[in-house]
Amino acid sequence: MADATLQHTATAGHGLAGEFEAPLFGAYSKKVGMWLFLASDSLTFGALLFAFSYNRIYTVWPTPFGKDSIINATVMTACLLSSSLTMVMAVFAAQRNDRAWTRNWLLATMAFGTAFIVLHGMEWTKLIHEGLTLPGFPKPAGQDAGEFAKISTGVPQFAATFFGLTAMHMLHVTIGVIYLGVVALRKWFLPILGVIWLGATFLIPADNVFHYAVHALLLGLIVAAIILFLKPKVYDAHDVEVCGLYWHFVDLVWMFIFPLVYLMSTKI
Amino acid sequence: MATSVTAHAHAGPQGFIRKYIFSLDHKVIGIQYFFLALTAVWVGMFLSLLMRIHLLWPGVTLPLVGDIKPETYLSLLTMHGTIMVFFVLTTAPQGGFGNYFLPIQIGAPDMAFPVLNMLSFWTTFVAFVVIIAAFFVSGGAPLHGWTGYPPLSALQSAGPGEGLGADLWITSIAIFCLASLMGALNFLTTTLDMRAKGMTMMRMPLTVWSWFITAILGLLAFGVLLSAGILLLMDRNMGTSFYVPLVVVNGQIMGHKGGSPLLWQHLFWFFGHPEVYIAILPGMGVASQILSTFSRKPIFGYKAMVYAMLAIGFFGFMVWGHHMFMSGMSPYSAFAFSLLTMCIGVPSAIKTFNWLGTMYKARIRFQTPMLYAIGFVSLFVSGGLSGPFLAQPVLDIQLHDTYFVVGHFHLIMGVAAIFGMFAATYYWVPKMFGRMMNETWGRIHFFITLAGTYAIFMPMHYLGIAGGTRRYSQYTEVAYLQKLMPLHQFMTYAAIITIAAQFIFVINLFWSIFRGPKASDNPWESTTLEWTTATPPPHDNFGGVTPVVHNGPYEYAVPGAARDFVMQTDPAAGTTH
Ligand code: HEM
Ligand SMILES: [Cu+2]
Repeated sequence: MADATLQHTATAGHGLAGEFEAPLFGAYSKKVGMWLFLASDSLTFGALLFAFSYNRIYTVWPTPFGKDSIINATVMTACLLSSSLTMVMAVFAAQRNDRAWTRNWLLATMAFGTAFIVLHGMEWTKLIHEGLTLPGFPKPAGQDAGEFAKISTGVPQFAATFFGLTAMHMLHVTIGVIYLGVVALRKWFLPILGVIWLGATFLIPADNVFHYAVHALLLGLIVAAIILFLKPKVYDAHDVEVCGLYWHFVDLVWMFIFPLVYLMSTKI
Repeated sequence: MATSVTAHAHAGPQGFIRKYIFSLDHKVIGIQYFFLALTAVWVGMFLSLLMRIHLLWPGVTLPLVGDIKPETYLSLLTMHGTIMVFFVLTTAPQGGFGNYFLPIQIGAPDMAFPVLNMLSFWTTFVAFVVIIAAFFVSGGAPLHGWTGYPPLSALQSAGPGEGLGADLWITSIAIFCLASLMGALNFLTTTLDMRAKGMTMMRMPLTVWSWFITAILGLLAFGVLLSAGILLLMDRNMGTSFYVPLVVVNGQIMGHKGGSPLLWQHLFWFFGHPEVYIAILPGMGVASQILSTFSRKPIFGYKAMVYAMLAIGFFGFMVWGHHMFMSGMSPYSAFAFSLLTMCIGVPSAIKTFNWLGTMYKARIRFQTPMLYAIGFVSLFVSGGLSGPFLAQPVLDIQLHDTYFVVGHFHLIMGVAAIFGMFAATYYWVPKMFGRMMNETWGRIHFFITLAGTYAIFMPMHYLGIAGGTRRYSQYTEVAYLQKLMPLHQFMTYAAIITIAAQFIFVINLFWSIFRGPKASDNPWESTTLEWTTATPPPHDNFGGVTPVVHNGPYEYAVPGAARDFVMQTDPAAGTTH
C-alpha cells in the first residue's frame, strides 16, 4: 500500500466529527483506549503489590540489598527517568511533524529502555548467583550459601515477590520497547528484533533464566508482525502520544517498585 | 461527510475468510461470540446432566464417559462451573449481543477498534480450546472448583487433574482475562466516542448502559484475576509460596512455606463478585428494554435505572469479603462486608420495582421475548431474596458451602442470566438473521424451562438448610441425608426434562434462521436505532448515513403521536429527555 493512503487512514483517526456527539472526554479514541488500558493495568500491578504487602506485613522481612544493588537500581531508575524525557521530546517532535526527530527521540527512548532491561537482567543474574532464587529456576554452577541463599530458604516470599514484581515490570518495559520500535521504524523493526532474539538465544548460557525468558521477544515479534500486517500504516502524532502514555505509565510503576522492593530492603 | 464514515469503516470484506472467519465487522463477531457461547452452554449442560445422574446412581457406568469416580465428579463440577461462568455468562450477553447491538443502538458504524474486536474474539476462542483440552490430558480436568482455591489448586500432586489439567485451566482463565480486557476497552471507547448526533448519555437505551457498566467492571476486575492467576502458575511451576503454607500431602511435606490461601481468596473474589454482576447486568438491560417495549409504556424511572446500575457496579467492588466469612477473616471486616452487601439490595430493589412499575396497568403483549423478560424478573427476585440471608455472617456459617448457596447462585446468576439471553435471542434474532422465530414453540420452551428451573433449584435451598454439603458426590452413602434423597431424585428428573426441552430451543433457532418467516424491519414496534435500519443491517449498519437522534429510548404511548410509539430518530415529538 502506498504511503499516501496510509497517511490518509492514519490521520482520519476516528474521523467522525460533525455527525456524532462530541466524545465524552474530548480525546480521540486511541487515547481513550490507552487510558482505559492503563486503568486496568494499574489494577493488575495493584494486585501484585497487594500480594507483596500482604506477605511483607506478616513476615519478618529481610533487608539484604547492599550498596552495589542499590547503585545499580538507581542507575536503572535514572535510565527510565531519562527515557521519559526523551519520550516527551518525541511527542513534541511528532506534533511539529518533524519525522526525523520523532524517530530519533523514539530510538533514544528505546535505548534507555534497553539499557534498563540489560542492567536489570545483570542484576537478576548476580542475585541468582548469590543464591536468591526460586525452586523452579535453573541452578547455575557456583551458587554459594551466602546471605541470599539463606533468605531464599528462610523467607521464600522474598524471592517470590521480588522476581514476580520485577519480572512483570520487565515484561512491560520489553513490550514498551517493541511498541516504540514498531511506531518508530514500522516493518523495518521486525528484522532488528529478530536479530536481537537470535543473538540473545545464542549468547545467554543455558543455566541463565533469560535463556528461556528471551523467547518473549519471539512472541513479541509474531504479535508485532500480525499487527503490522493487519494495520500497515504510518504512525502519526496521535500514535506517538498514545505510546508515550504507555511508556510514562511503565516508568511510573517502577517508581513504586523501586522504593518498595529495593529501598525498603536496604541493608541497614 | 459520508466519506469520513467510510474512511473510518474498514473496506467491505472480500472473500469467505475475511467475511466470516477473521471478520472485522462487529456484527459478524457478535454472532461468532453467540455461537461460541451456544457451544459452551451445551458442554456445560451435558456436564451438569452427568453430575445429576451420578448423584442418584453413583455406581453406573455411562456410555462415552465410563465410571464416574468421586474425583471425576469434582472434575465435572469444576469444568461445568468454569465453562458456564466464563464461556457462557461472560461471553454471550456482552461479547455476543453487546458486540452486535451496542454500536447499532448508539448509531455508530462499528466498534472503535475493529481489529482489537476481532483479536478479542479469537483470543476467547483459544481460551475455550485450552480449557476443553484439560479433559484430554493425563489426569484429566482439575478438581478445585471454579473458584480454584489453593492449596488444592496450587499443588501438582494434590490429586488427579491437578497436574497438567490444572495448568491448562489457569492458562485458559488468563487468556480469557486478556480477551475480556480487549473487549471491555472497545465497548467503553465506542460508547464514549461514537454516539450519533443527539444520542446523549441519558438517551442511551438501558441495554447500552448495562453493556457500558459491565465493561467498566470487566476492565477493572479481570486485570486482578490475571495477576492472581499468574501468581498461582508461579506457585505451581516455579515453587513459590504465595498461596501455600507448609502443607503435608499423603504424608509428604511439600516444599512450600509461609504463603496464605487467604491471599488468593481476596484476589479471586475481588474479581469474583464483580464477575457475577458482569453476568447479570446485561440481562437487566435486556429485561428493561423488552419490558418497556412489550408493555407499550416508557420504562418506569429511566434515570433511577441508570443510577441503580451505576450503584450496583460501584458497590460490587466493595463486597467481595461476603464470600469469606468462614475463612477466618477478622469479624470486624466481616461486619463491614455484611453491611455493604446489604446496601446492594437497595439499588437491586429499585430496579425490581421499576420493572414492576413498567408493567403496572399496561396493555402487555405476551410474546416470547416478553415471557422471558418476566421470567428474568421472577428469577432475579427468587434468587435475590436469599442473598440478604447469606450476607449475614451468622447465618452464613450454617449455610456456607451447602446446597443453599448452589440454589441461590443458580437462580440469580445462572438461570436469570440465561433467561436474559433467551429473551435477547427471541427479541433480536429477527434483526440478526432476518427471520422470525416460531412463537408457539417459543412459548412451550419458556413454560417448560421456567417450571423446570424452579423445580431443579428451589429444592436445593431445603437441602442446604438440612446440611447437604456442596461439591459432594456420595449422597447415597450419608445416613443423615437419606431422608433428602427423594428431593435429589426430583431434581435430577427435573433436570433431565429441562435439558431435553432445550432441544426445542436450538431446533427452533436453527430452523428459524434458515426457514422462518421473513422479518420486517421493526417486528416488535420498538423505538431504538437497530429497528430503523435494514434487516439484517448492512455492512456499516446504516447504509452510509448516520442517524440523528431526537428522542429518548422508550417513547411508548406518547400522547398526540400518530402511532403508540416514537422512534428515537423521529422528529422530536412528545416528551424529551
Ligand atoms: C441445566 C441446568 C443446570 C444444572 C442441572 C446444574 C447443576 C449443577 C450441579 C449439580 C452442580 C454441583 C453442585 C455441587 O455438587 O456442589 C453445579 C455447580 C455449579 N453450577 Fe450449575 N447447573 C446448571 C446450570 C448452570 C448455569 C446456567 C450456571 C451459570 C452460572 C451454572 C453455574 C454453576 C457453578 C458456578 C457451579 C459451582 C461449581 C463449583 O462449585 O465450583 N450452572 N451445577
Ligand atoms: Cu459476591
